[in-house]
Amino acid sequence: MSLLREAALIAGKDLRIEARARVVGQQVVPFGLIVLLLFAFALDPDRGVLTRVAPGLFWVTVLLASLLGVSRSFALEADNRARDALRMSGLDGSSIFLGKAGALAVELLAFEALLTLGVVVLFDVRLASLPPLILATAAATVGLAAAGTLYGVLAAGIRARETLVPVLLLPVVAPVLLGATRAWEASIDGVPGDAWPWVGLLVIFATLFVGIGMLAFGPLLEES
Amino acid sequence: MIDGRSALRSDRLMAPVARRVVGGLSVVALVALVVVGLFVAPPDAFQGDAQRLMYLHVPAAWLAYLAFGVTAVCSALYLWGRTRSLVWDRIAGASAELGVVFTGLTLLLGSLWGRPIWGVWWAWDARLVTTAVLFFLYLGYLALRRIPAALDVRAKRCGVAALIAFVDVPIVHFSVTWWRTLHQEATVFNPDLDVQIEGTMALALWLGVLSFTLLYVYLLDLRYRLEVLDEDRDERDLEAAIAERAQGGVPSAGTVGVGS
Repeated sequence: MSLLREAALIAGKDLRIEARARVVGQQVVPFGLIVLLLFAFALDPDRGVLTRVAPGLFWVTVLLASLLGVSRSFALEADNRARDALRMSGLDGSSIFLGKAGALAVELLAFEALLTLGVVVLFDVRLASLPPLILATAAATVGLAAAGTLYGVLAAGIRARETLVPVLLLPVVAPVLLGATRAWEASIDGVPGDAWPWVGLLVIFATLFVGIGMLAFGPLLEES
Repeated sequence: MIDGRSALRSDRLMAPVARRVVGGLSVVALVALVVVGLFVAPPDAFQGDAQRLMYLHVPAAWLAYLAFGVTAVCSALYLWGRTRSLVWDRIAGASAELGVVFTGLTLLLGSLWGRPIWGVWWAWDARLVTTAVLFFLYLGYLALRRIPAALDVRAKRCGVAALIAFVDVPIVHFSVTWWRTLHQEATVFNPDLDVQIEGTMALALWLGVLSFTLLYVYLLDLRYRLEVLDEDRDERDLEAAIAERAQGGVPSAGTVGVGS
């Protein structure tokens, strides 16, 4: 089997479990929307502050949700020694990584789509130029999913993983928050020219972490 | 000096005599630094006495980079099959710990200097932000190191984490620099860069670098030794617990949790 077919198999498994358990739909999405409401409580919604800082708030929320996504992605295999089954499946480490990161990216994209609706409606944001915005979102999501999956397997099997993953992951993905927020700001302000360098940075980050993940996931899975 | 393959159980980096010499030299250099930095070197024309903090701040920053560089190289040496040895893992861990201390010191001293000179404790300058992220990156690495696990499992896990952190630093630096240059009209002006450094000031700076480097080598060896002793104790505890269990007793508190 080719790398991508194996990856699709793993991604399909994760997404199928997710579709049946509905944890992302019933817990992570409401969590994101509650965070948006809390931001409105914290920052006065009448003075236009929310509209101006919406890109930053959006991406901070995505970052927090991605932590839940990572934890969920590896909780799937925590029970019934499913991780042992995964190890013994004979699938290549890189394809398991691509599958799990792909599934996480799909979940995050769905989450982001709903959250975008949330900031447009609640924070009065107008999305002026869509192409850089969509590309930045896609690249940032792939980067987040790859880095998250990498740290997810690193912390899999550790009892303190719920608190460990945020400490490890958040500093590493700081450039994603920075790049995606600036790209969104430029797109919302209608100056897509300012967004493209950031899209480039996000693409580099995503490529790098997909690469590291494909190399390191297999050996780390063996040890988890 | 250190042979990665044969030194699998080597319990020290330097001979005790060498460590004592390095420690003694670092104390001498530190005393010289205090004398030159506080009394011999003149106060700065623009910054007054606050500039003397630079004699600690700059060496601390240099040591932080050196320490994290050592961590990255040793982690790579561990992960590469041919040079795999716990020696590298121990050095990586010890060096990262020192790196975090020196990074914290850099931030603290920089902040103390910034208050009288810039008028603020903290500025969103690219270098400051990068250093702060660096601090948290390796703080996470140290948290990972503290998770109990079999030694080789922990070494592999931490090796990968150290390399990720190392690869991430340039991206963080790049993105933060971009962010500040695109959004800030004037970055903070650092007069140090343009001013000719007076002779005794340069001497103080070099003494700082020298004494901190010696201190780093000394502490690295000490920390390495401590790590070996920790591993030995864990092993003995485990053996004692197994022996107790074999005799039909219940393992006493304090012996469980090792290698879990």
